Amino acid sequence: MSQDNAHAEHYHPTWKEYKWVALILFLITVVEVWVYYIPELVASKAFVPGLLIMSAVKFAIVVMYYMHLKYDHKLFRSLFVGPLLVAILTLLGLLFLFSKIAIRLSGGG
Amino acid sequence: MSASADAAHGHHYTTTGLDNRKIAIWAFIGSECMLFASLISTYLIYKGKSLVGPFPHTPWTDPSSGKVFPAILNIPVTSASTFVLLMSSLAMVLALSAVENRGKPLPPGAGAWDKALTSSKLWLWMTCLLGAGFLAFQAYEFTSFVHEGLTIRRNLFGSSFFTLTGFHGAHVTAGVIWLGSLLAIDYKRGLQPSDALAVDLAALYWHFVDVVWIAIFTLLYLIPG
Repeated sequence: MSQDNAHAEHYHPTWKEYKWVALILFLITVVEVWVYYIPELVASKAFVPGLLIMSAVKFAIVVMYYMHLKYDHKLFRSLFVGPLLVAILTLLGLLFLFSKIAIRLSGGG
Repeated sequence: MSASADAAHGHHYTTTGLDNRKIAIWAFIGSECMLFASLISTYLIYKGKSLVGPFPHTPWTDPSSGKVFPAILNIPVTSASTFVLLMSSLAMVLALSAVENRGKPLPPGAGAWDKALTSSKLWLWMTCLLGAGFLAFQAYEFTSFVHEGLTIRRNLFGSSFFTLTGFHGAHVTAGVIWLGSLLAIDYKRGLQPSDALAVDLAALYWHFVDVVWIAIFTLLYLIPG
């Protein structure tokens, strides 16, 4: 193992970074719950994509900083991101097969 | 360092130069992604297909009895439990940091908070208690749902909801037991920087349980059917 890899594997964020990560996660959760109680926002087309984006950001923050994947070896990243992509594609494929999501083709008869 | 010397020092390096236990936990977490994706897919496919209530986001009147069932999801309670789980992840990283930095001298002028940050027992206790708190919220939620007429056999929503959140709750329970065992070791002989990997493996599992909940909270609770 190279010294660089060994060092990279052992770097973890500090308390100050963890504090900011926790604060950001808390604020995103507050916004998520807040928009749930605004009927105009719930009715808007941006509601579901907005919630999914906020959820994805929280997911990525926890994985990168708390699970320190940002600083870890590439192999660990591959072991997580590979199956995660398969899982997401499987989920989307199943939703497509069961007509939960659809692709709208323009100009179709 | 030779392989035999590595083994003697408790290291388990593979030909990649990485510890095999850490490779194993990441491979396990990857497989868990697929497990939870299948459970979430099942929930989403069945979403809105229940023939009888109670429903998650809308009230329902039973045509045979005229009884009105309110929307069953309790967002304030679940938001509180989500906050508890997020904070448990913060406590977990602080526990790992405390184990890694054990024995290092505190900087001059360090206050009570700096000393608290060095206590792995404190942060492991916090993580365990917050995890148990999350399970208490889930027990309350499940009990209230059953009292309001939603069981695992009642409708498609009940079946897929209890299966998904039940599996997640079982993972949290396993995590609390794992953390409890680390706490027991800490009391018995004190967790040392050489034990950091053992704590890191538990922490990775714990954070994974947290990110799964992040997805569940949005997809099940916040997006109306």
